[in-house]
Amino acid sequence: MSAIRAFGAYLPTRLVANDELAARLGCEASWIREVSGIAERRYAGADDSISSMAVEAARRCLKRAGATIADVGLVVVSTGSSERCFPGPAAQVAHQLGAGQAAAIDVPMASAGGLFGMALAAILAPRYGNVLIVASEKMSTVVAREPVETGTAILFGDGAGACLITPENGPARIVDHVLHSDGSFADDLRLEFEAPLAMNGRSVIMQASRKIPAAIGEVLDRQQKKPAEVEVFLMHQANQNLIDRVARAIQVDPAKFYSNIARYGNTSSASMLIAASDWWQNPGPRSGQLICFAAFGAGFHWGALLAELV
Amino acid sequence: MDNRARIVAILKNVSKNPAIPDHSESLFDSGYLDSFALPDVVGELEREFGIKIPDSDLSPRKFESVSRIESYIESRK
Repeated sequence: MSAIRAFGAYLPTRLVANDELAARLGCEASWIREVSGIAERRYAGADDSISSMAVEAARRCLKRAGATIADVGLVVVSTGSSERCFPGPAAQVAHQLGAGQAAAIDVPMASAGGLFGMALAAILAPRYGNVLIVASEKMSTVVAREPVETGTAILFGDGAGACLITPENGPARIVDHVLHSDGSFADDLRLEFEAPLAMNGRSVIMQASRKIPAAIGEVLDRQQKKPAEVEVFLMHQANQNLIDRVARAIQVDPAKFYSNIARYGNTSSASMLIAASDWWQNPGPRSGQLICFAAFGAGFHWGALLAELV
Repeated sequence: MDNRARIVAILKNVSKNPAIPDHSESLFDSGYLDSFALPDVVGELEREFGIKIPDSDLSPRKFESVSRIESYIESRK
C-alpha cells in the first residue's frame, strides 16, 4: 500500500495585498476579504515559470523526505495554467530535476489536479517506485487577460506544491480515495486559448457545496469512518466561505479544515499541496491521525483521499 | 400556505431579509441572495417540499427568482 513521505511548497516572493488589488480593480479591499477570506496572495515574477516553481517545490519536498531525484521513478505534474498547449511541463520539470529518462506525466487539470495526481501516484507507485507529484500554477497571468473580471481576479495567486509518494512504508499510509468527473458542467468553469477565465460562480459554488461533502462522505463510508474521526481536512483552497460551508455540511468544526487561503489566495491545483506542506510543518502530523484530502474544480472533477499517519 | 408563500418564507429565512422579493426579479441581481446562500435555499426547499433535488438540476437559472423556483417545484410534483 502506498504512503506519503513528504510535502514541499514554493511561493513567489511578490506579495499582492488586497489594498493593491482593490485599487487596480476599483473595488473595496474589505469586500475581497469578505467574499473570499483572502487577505493577500503571491504573484510570480518575470523569472518564475510553471516549471521553475514546480522544480523548487519538488526540491524542497525531496529534501524533507531525505530523498534525491535518483530515488524517483515517475514524475506527475499538474497545472491548469500551462504556458503552452504542448508539451506540458512534466517532462521539462523532470529534466530540470535531473530525473534522466524517468517517465513524466502531465495532468492538465485546474484545482483538482493535485488530488487526482496524488491518487494516480498512489496507484502507480507499486509499479514505478517513488512518485513525485507536483502542482504548479501561474494564475496571475490568466486573470490579467482582458477584459479583467473582478470576481475572478480577486481570487487567484501563484505557487507550487509537491508530494512524494512511496510504494513502501512512509509517515502517512494512503488508505483509500474516490474520484469523480461530470463533463455536463464543462462550460461553467473554463479557460479557452488566449481568452479570460470564464466562471459561472453560482454553478461552481452550488456543485462544489454538494459534491465535496459527498466525496468526503463516500471515502469515509468505504472505510467505515466518521467525519469526527478525521484529525484534519486538507482541502483545495478555493474560497474560505466554501471551506466553511463544506465543514458545516459534514458537521465538523471548521477549525478542522486547515486553511492558508488568507495568505496565498486560490492557487488552483497547487493549493491543496501547499496547504498540506504548511500543515505538515506546523502543527505537523502525529501518529494515528486520519487526514482527509478533498478537491473540486473545472471539468467538473472532484474527489477525496484518506490517509492515516503511522 | 401555498407553494409561493412557502418559497418566500424560505428565502426570507435564508437571506435574513424580512422584505418580500418581487416574484420575477433576479434574487441575485437584486442583492437579495448571494451565491453562497443558494445551496442553503436548495437544502431548505428539499426539506420543505420533501423532494431530493439532483445535482443535474442545480442550474442557478432554475432558482433565479421566486417564480422560477415555483415552476421548478411544480415540475417535481
